[in-house]
Amino acid sequence: MSAIRNLLSERILVLDGAMGTMIQRYKLTEEDYRGNRFKDWHTDVKGNNDLLSITRPDVIKAIHKEYLRAGSDIIETNTFSSTSIAQADYDMQLLAHELNVASVQCAKDAISEYQKETGDTAPKFVAGAIGPLNKTLSLSPDVNNPGYRAVTFDEVVVAYTEQIHGLIEAGADILLIETIFDTLNAKAAIFSAKKYFREHPGSEREIMISGTITDASGRTLSGQTLEAFYISVAHANPLSIGLNCALGAREMRAHVEELSQIAGCYVSAYPNAGLPNAMGEYDELPTQTAAFLDDWANQGFVNIVGAAVALLPIISVKLQKR
Amino acid sequence: MSVIKPYLRLSGLEPLVVRPETNFINIGERTNVTGSKKFARLIRENKYEEALSVARQQVENGAQIIDINMDDALLDGVQAMTTFINLLQSEPDICKVPLMIDSSKFEIIEAGLKCVQGKCIVNSISLKEGEQKFIEQAITCQNYGAAVIVMAFDEKGQADTEDRKVEICHRAYKILTEQLGYKGQDIIFDPNIFAVATGLEEHNNYGVDFIEATRRIKQLMPLAGVSGGVSNLSFSFRGNEPVREAMHSVFLYYAIKAGMNMGIVNAGQLVVYDEIEPQLRQLCEDVILNRNNENNEATEKLIAFAETVKTEGKVEKKNDAWRDNTVEERLKHALVNGITEYIDADTEEARQKYPRPLEVIEGPLMAGMDVVGDLFGAGKMFLPQVVKSARVMKKSVAWLTPFIEEEKLANPAAQAGGAGKVLLATVKEMYTISAKIS
Repeated sequence: MSAIRNLLSERILVLDGAMGTMIQRYKLTEEDYRGNRFKDWHTDVKGNNDLLSITRPDVIKAIHKEYLRAGSDIIETNTFSSTSIAQADYDMQLLAHELNVASVQCAKDAISEYQKETGDTAPKFVAGAIGPLNKTLSLSPDVNNPGYRAVTFDEVVVAYTEQIHGLIEAGADILLIETIFDTLNAKAAIFSAKKYFREHPGSEREIMISGTITDASGRTLSGQTLEAFYISVAHANPLSIGLNCALGAREMRAHVEELSQIAGCYVSAYPNAGLPNAMGEYDELPTQTAAFLDDWANQGFVNIVGAAVALLPIISVKLQKR
Repeated sequence: MSVIKPYLRLSGLEPLVVRPETNFINIGERTNVTGSKKFARLIRENKYEEALSVARQQVENGAQIIDINMDDALLDGVQAMTTFINLLQSEPDICKVPLMIDSSKFEIIEAGLKCVQGKCIVNSISLKEGEQKFIEQAITCQNYGAAVIVMAFDEKGQADTEDRKVEICHRAYKILTEQLGYKGQDIIFDPNIFAVATGLEEHNNYGVDFIEATRRIKQLMPLAGVSGGVSNLSFSFRGNEPVREAMHSVFLYYAIKAGMNMGIVNAGQLVVYDEIEPQLRQLCEDVILNRNNENNEATEKLIAFAETVKTEGKVEKKNDAWRDNTVEERLKHALVNGITEYIDADTEEARQKYPRPLEVIEGPLMAGMDVVGDLFGAGKMFLPQVVKSARVMKKSVAWLTPFIEEEKLANPAAQAGGAGKVLLATVKEMYTISAKIS
């Protein structure tokens, strides 16, 4: 059994929260994103958060350390868009491999610095974040041509394989396929991982899977029910299956409960702080979200929880008491 | 973390879990260019919209999975498979069911797998080209997360006897589960349904070979499923639909008892076992079970009978005999056999006979649906047939509804409770049926 499976059999583990909102707080400029190396790059790169792992590793490491101090057992690499397909928006597709390596390094450095500074020797894990891509395999972007696809399965596999190679080579402990709204994209990521593991003996890693339910229908954006989604990805033999983003804890409860009943693996959940209001802000108080998570833990619905950094200390304390 | 029972789980937009108590799973066969001339023509002529309607029809007729095959010498199979499945993904009323990707060329199968978000069945892989190729293809299916149909076919050829079928399936099962980590429930065997009553005596036992092999496969490997292409069985009666349907129905009745839990069928065309004309049923049983068949006796009798059906339209006439029965019997017959042709007239006749329109529903219609429920429970009716029954029921109720409304308006107080009861009864009946299905 892997180290993380051992730990999960003992207690609920804490994942970190979103990277994007944390980066926003630094109010970085175009110059920050470019750094020295890309000062003459031919397109704007502000907003390419993954690039900061190369140009501002200090910021990324600081954010990881904040989550670690708040109680995270697992931190996600800053690689949500580190694929050649997503990086093409900035014409940085050739950087995909390097971005993954740099981001894993940031996470590993953050852990060792945190451990040195605090003396905390509890095991911490680096989860290589694999995002959903900006192009989807099950949906046509052209309403007049439902059979059209902006990308092929083979192209997605090439992109994900490059990302997985970078993540594993640099030492990620886990692969986290997350924010899945089109199951076929996730299946391409699983396909890439399984093939990579077989072709590189000893490279096998635990896989965590996290999907997104976008509205009250209880379905993924590509139309699957939660159970259909789970069945479609179960061949990854994942460490955990879960849900992240889109819904607040109140709206997520029924789905998390259902997952805990149908899943043959651990269950993860990372809710938003309620649903955003008309201004795009979140009204739910950290204590409210924490109360929901506490309830899920009591009911035995979840094994891995993640949340915004302000929430984590509250959650961690509650979970430690268990 | 829950303990998950070892059932075959498939998905389209919605899940399909095959539990031990699940009735026979119908796989729609009409989206197959080798089996359906109409579908082949539509694909060749690039009429994909219309081709989609063939798929839709099957789902509406109760197919729980649809089989898609683009193996045609005149087609670019990879391109046709990709185009058709991509289009299908934007039709939620079709792609809610899981797909079976069917081809004798593995590159066409892979092309299909690349387009489907749900968990599919691959139809098929086999030991035909040896273990190495088999393992390679099995691993690829695993990477896509598909269940597989393994055809009873090895280096020596396609298995025709009971022993060979069992032996090959067991060999494949061991490789998949022991070497590759397949779960038993993700493996479905196709022990080959061959044509019987061909005139060649060595073909006479093919039905028995399949049924008995199925029984042993299920004993030896209880987690695995057994499927087959049913239409092959009656190949020598091409063009004679009444005989073919009867043969299929009889064959399924016995094969399902032996453990066959899914099959590729024409979901819209399956006669109810109990409704087959007794003489024809007897002849079909003899042929399929290879009884009273020394010197092709049973075969020749069925062929002779088939001739009369074909040339004189005798069966057609016989089928109309039910029109002479009482209106209650006629309604029951229409419900059990899914015949909508006379339902409006019969419903009207019953409405005039009974004091109140509601009593037509509570009386003869419910009595008919009870028979449907019993036959379904006994495995003598399949889902596609029940769907047809439901359609007849709906049509009849639709005829009665204005009269019920009228009555309600005339006397609101007395009718309120009664009208509620109608709905409850109908819904409950369908609920019982659907509970048995799932």
